[in-house]
Amino acid sequence: MECVSCGKCFQLERVINVEFEVIIGLEVHAQLLTKSKIFCSCSTVFGAEPNTHTCPVCLGMPGVLPVLNRKVVDFALRVGLAVHCEIAHYSRFARKNYFYPDLPKGYQISQYELPLAEHGYVEVTTNGKSKRIGVARIHMEEDAGKLLHDERMEADSYSYVDLNRTGVPLIEIVSEPEIRTPEEASEYLKNLRGILQYLEVCDGNMEEGSFRCDANISLRPVGQQRLGTRTELKNMNSFKNVQRALEYEIRRQTNILDDGSEVIQETRLWDAAKGVTLSMRGKEEAHDYRYFPDPDLVPLIIDDDWIEVVRGSLPELPQEKRDRFIKEYQVPEYDAEVLTSSKSLADYYEESVRLFPSPKVVSNWVMGELLRRLKGDDRDIEDCPVTPRYLAKMLKMIEDGTISGKIAKTVFEEMYLSGEDPEKLVREKDLLQLTDEEELDRIIEKVLSGNATEVEDYKKGKSKLLGFFVGQVMKETKGKANPKLVNEILRGRLDR
Amino acid sequence: MDLYRLKIHELQEMLQRGEVRSREVTESVFRRIDDVEGKVGAFITLMETEGLECAELADRRIEGGKQDGLTGIPLAIKDNMCMKGKRTTCGSRILESYKPPYDGTVIKSLEGHLSVPVGKTNMDEFAMGSSTETSYFGITRNPWDLGRIAGGSSGGSASAVAADECIGALGSDTGGSIRQPAAYCGVVGLKPTYGRVSRFGLVAFASSLDQIGPLTKDVRDCAILLTAISGHDRLDSTSVDIAVEDYVNSLDRDISGLRIGIPKEYFAGGIDPDVEKYVWDAVKELERLGAAYKEVSLSHSEYAIAAYYIIAPAEASSNLARYDGVKYGYRASSPEGLLDMYAKTRSEGFGREVKRRIMLGTYALSAGYYDAYYKKASQVRTLIARDFDEAFKVCDLLLTPTVPAPAFKIGEKTGDPLQMYFTDIFTVPANLVGIPGISVPCGFSKDGLPIGLQLLGRHFDEATLLQAAYAFEQHTDYHLRRPSLDAGRGK
Ligand SMILES: [Zn+2]
Repeated sequence: MECVSCGKCFQLERVINVEFEVIIGLEVHAQLLTKSKIFCSCSTVFGAEPNTHTCPVCLGMPGVLPVLNRKVVDFALRVGLAVHCEIAHYSRFARKNYFYPDLPKGYQISQYELPLAEHGYVEVTTNGKSKRIGVARIHMEEDAGKLLHDERMEADSYSYVDLNRTGVPLIEIVSEPEIRTPEEASEYLKNLRGILQYLEVCDGNMEEGSFRCDANISLRPVGQQRLGTRTELKNMNSFKNVQRALEYEIRRQTNILDDGSEVIQETRLWDAAKGVTLSMRGKEEAHDYRYFPDPDLVPLIIDDDWIEVVRGSLPELPQEKRDRFIKEYQVPEYDAEVLTSSKSLADYYEESVRLFPSPKVVSNWVMGELLRRLKGDDRDIEDCPVTPRYLAKMLKMIEDGTISGKIAKTVFEEMYLSGEDPEKLVREKDLLQLTDEEELDRIIEKVLSGNATEVEDYKKGKSKLLGFFVGQVMKETKGKANPKLVNEILRGRLDR
Repeated sequence: MDLYRLKIHELQEMLQRGEVRSREVTESVFRRIDDVEGKVGAFITLMETEGLECAELADRRIEGGKQDGLTGIPLAIKDNMCMKGKRTTCGSRILESYKPPYDGTVIKSLEGHLSVPVGKTNMDEFAMGSSTETSYFGITRNPWDLGRIAGGSSGGSASAVAADECIGALGSDTGGSIRQPAAYCGVVGLKPTYGRVSRFGLVAFASSLDQIGPLTKDVRDCAILLTAISGHDRLDSTSVDIAVEDYVNSLDRDISGLRIGIPKEYFAGGIDPDVEKYVWDAVKELERLGAAYKEVSLSHSEYAIAAYYIIAPAEASSNLARYDGVKYGYRASSPEGLLDMYAKTRSEGFGREVKRRIMLGTYALSAGYYDAYYKKASQVRTLIARDFDEAFKVCDLLLTPTVPAPAFKIGEKTGDPLQMYFTDIFTVPANLVGIPGISVPCGFSKDGLPIGLQLLGRHFDEATLLQAAYAFEQHTDYHLRRPSLDAGRGK
């Protein structure tokens, strides 16, 4: 990380904290995983032929009317309750008016004055310190379509409109401007995404756009109450890009302020390739959305019964799960944090522990070999070829001495590549641990007679050489020898 | 016999008894259209082929003994109701050749009855107007005096009924668009309670005010048509799930003891003397029939027009944003880029009045003006509703003129939008409050122009409205007079 002033030295933290306080607020748009759209019964499935998942309602034909999908409310309520929001018993949909070809009605149905949920928080931990980031509001809205541009980009080229995505339900989650560093922003997003995934209301895919983030950022001299002029950052499609864009913007705004100039209020786009933010539109070009209550939809009344039913259906959330892992499995906090980073990983771990009840051993394998391998292939745990059942089976084989710990790594790799049963692999690849004492005796004899000089040295007192002999035996047996037995036999022979 | 002159309930019986076939009635209606449509100009699109096909189907159904209330009855439809595959223009160039891919709920109901579509009637562009002079497809004339307007925005439907170019018709009412032309054309027109009739498939003008309703030759027909289109619709979130009463069979209920309120603010001045005289005659007639009347106050009524002309254009500015040249309807030729396409398409596709209201509404919703205009108007709306609630505690119906004066001359008010807006002064409050209202013929001016009486009722109490209107009609004969189009009065 570079210095905010010179961009060369590496003292970012110090410089920022001394001179300016960074104020960051995040707006997250999350696509909800309902089967049908928010105001019609069209499918929300991604990737269909353009304009096949449409009907007069989502096409915005004259005379059509929206009808609210109650499932969307259920999903939004789950999120609201999971991040400790107050739920509005009376909320309204509003129209956000603007012209764009991917917006067939010329307005987006959203919520404005009376959102579904307000005043919640998400807990984040950075540098070992916990902090609550306020959630100002959560509201429901419909997604817009997509424009496809003619690749020729000539004067007579066309743009095409695909309205399959129009009307796919979204929730917008707006944080309070309580985030102070890019790291906090990134942590907030990770935790929020984890919550949405745990709730099974959003798949959280940033690259495909089902989890999108915009940021508002401003700087002010430490101690000043009044907020500085903010810029809005868009087009950051990964956690890493959010962090990079914010770091860049802090640097940019600091330079401006250091020069005695003023930050311009504007919307800026993050260019990940160039690593810079670029001005998209200024304050003057900002839309006046002319929000007003949508007269086609009646106010949304949510009674306590509805809220309690949803509350009762909430699953265990990441933090609760992390705490339980620490208590129930006695794993370190760090392990618990990693293991609960996604619901599927936590499920994988718990299933493995159920089948092989040594939580720390399982945790070591999952956090070591398994995650390293998945990360290398950029794969999710859902696509892991090694099932908890096979992992547990393999761990049992280590425990009962069928295979050596060293060989287990080979077995694991074979399982990972083939998805096969470890027993079958061990049998087929001849990886059983060598425990036959006569056989080992014979091999050790061979090793010792082949290294007469070292044997002499050992006997003269160079006891460190024991490891050398063990290594030679392992090499001879391709790692299959039971190390404990090898040690015993060697000592017996050499120390006589 | 001139079948086209008959009413829905008369034809119902004749069809049932096998005295006449729908095919003959339909042909008769289309011959009438051949004769008079050139003078009146009630229709944008005629549907003779479809109408005759439908009549044949209806005749077969009647033979099979499965006649519904409207089976085989030729009806005209205002051109803002979507009919699958049939041109629906809203009187606008921007939808000149637009064919909806679906049927509106009301159209589905009529099709379920196998009523016979005659055609789509002319209207003020996007229902914005009080005279049917803003249509892209020309002016509709008043059958009683071809030099005068038919009223609006459902002027096409009202004049088609008055000129016997259909047996009954559907219109839509946002601020008086059914009742006002009904009064000008001497027919019966009813705006139902907001939420009584589905708006799904009605091209929106102002969503919180729009309602579809019948225009008919008498009150019984009105009850029949209202029954056919009323009811809850899950495709319209604002439609209300309240059982539909039997409007037809409760028509002749005795009205003695009925309490009628006369809002004093409505009679404060500015009413044409003929209108005032006949409306008071109507009060006396109802009194003779056993009703009691008393003066009531609706003190916020003077703000109704102002509130209406904020709220309706605000909603319209948003509702009409979808006509952008991207997906359907008119698109300007050879625009330079996207913004130019929007600007040209909308400049060329919309007429003056529509553009005026889009601008009014856009302004009223703009940042910095929202509180002063839209929000304030919504608050006024609440106050007006409270006035009506209070009034309905002491009376069952309210009685007013439908419009302050009989039909005005074509072109008389086109240069003065405010004067035009004030023709809706008595009808607008019902839309703001959501209550039902009916206009029935109650007299003729010295010039022989029809005068309308408006009755307003409680939410979902269309039955009482219809009973009072029916009782009045049974003891008067204004609804029986027809315009003499053959004499060719006016221009
Ligand atoms: Zn759809």
